[in-house]
Amino acid sequence: MLDPRIKAIEHRLSQVNNIIAVSSGKGGVGKSVIASILALILAKKGYKVGLIDLDFTSPSTHLILGVKELFPEEKEGIVPPTFENIKIMSIIYFSKDKTLSLRGQDFSDSFLEILAITKWGKLDYLILDMPPGINDATLDVIRYIRKVKFIIVTTSSILSLATAKKLIDALNILKIGIIGIIENMKSEHTHSVKDKLDKLETEFLGETSFDPELEKCFGNTQMLLKTKMAVEMEEIVNKILNVKVYE
Amino acid sequence: MHEWALAEAIIYTVTEIAEREQLKEVSRVDVKVGELQQVDLETIKFALAQLKRGKLKNTEFRIETIKARLKCRICEHAWNFDKNELDQEVAEAIHFVPEVAHSFIKCPKCGAQDFEFVEGRRMYIESVSGVR
Repeated sequence: MLDPRIKAIEHRLSQVNNIIAVSSGKGGVGKSVIASILALILAKKGYKVGLIDLDFTSPSTHLILGVKELFPEEKEGIVPPTFENIKIMSIIYFSKDKTLSLRGQDFSDSFLEILAITKWGKLDYLILDMPPGINDATLDVIRYIRKVKFIIVTTSSILSLATAKKLIDALNILKIGIIGIIENMKSEHTHSVKDKLDKLETEFLGETSFDPELEKCFGNTQMLLKTKMAVEMEEIVNKILNVKVYE
Repeated sequence: MHEWALAEAIIYTVTEIAEREQLKEVSRVDVKVGELQQVDLETIKFALAQLKRGKLKNTEFRIETIKARLKCRICEHAWNFDKNELDQEVAEAIHFVPEVAHSFIKCPKCGAQDFEFVEGRRMYIESVSGVR
């Protein structure tokens, strides 16, 4: 029994130059917001950008960006709709934003199906918004998208840091490239993650501040790009563009 | 024409097998298609005919649909998938990504959405025959 979707994925991603998975050990650290703002900034800089929400059971990039009433075009496969110059793929086009509970194999089958039929065309960057942890999504991305590189998002919480370290270990064992770490929700009351990363030999990309106003900007990309977080992300994105991650 | 992408996936995979197995020509490919995916057989056959070339130029593609059967993980009740019980929009969503059935279909006995696809979920290549 041969699964033809696996070979198809290789072809579908053949014109994508860089694939970045935005991941974390724990949930609630701001991965989806960082992935969305990263995609917005890259698109604003003129790069051809795609964004896929791989958190199938709890998708949120569409809410962060304000994607509404869009559906992929059916053209020898499916072509993701373009929103703010970003080609966006999300399972919500198909689940109609209803509750979707998936066990491991069902997640993997959804992942293979969507990746096998989605025609991205030429992209400079494809951003993967990952669910948290080292689970089916992480393992499938590593297995089927060999050129993927990871950005790890953490807060300074020892709970978040402990799991981020496990994720880094898992990626290092599998020899998967890590672009670096972003510390999110930084405040004057939190200690720096940077000091704790020396032993991990992982690039520290920068910090984004805790912003109580951020929530009000969800759904409005113009407002989102004016937030303190987005301004700080600009600097981080410049760093991401220059980090060399070796195979 | 989402079937076109599925046909391409078959062609890519069979081409790789032909290279790996050093086949001069692929004579026959058996493909099973899960009913849940609601693939239009005529469209996929047309796409395969348009896409086959090289070692696959004379390949006969035999495509068979497998009835979809679901089984509840809570009460173990099993039932057959029936497209006619779904509205068109839902049927189309399941056609693209069959797993979203978990958003729309419930166990007819206990109402749970925690069910498995016993058979007939997806497309796979059962066999590839050729000449060395």
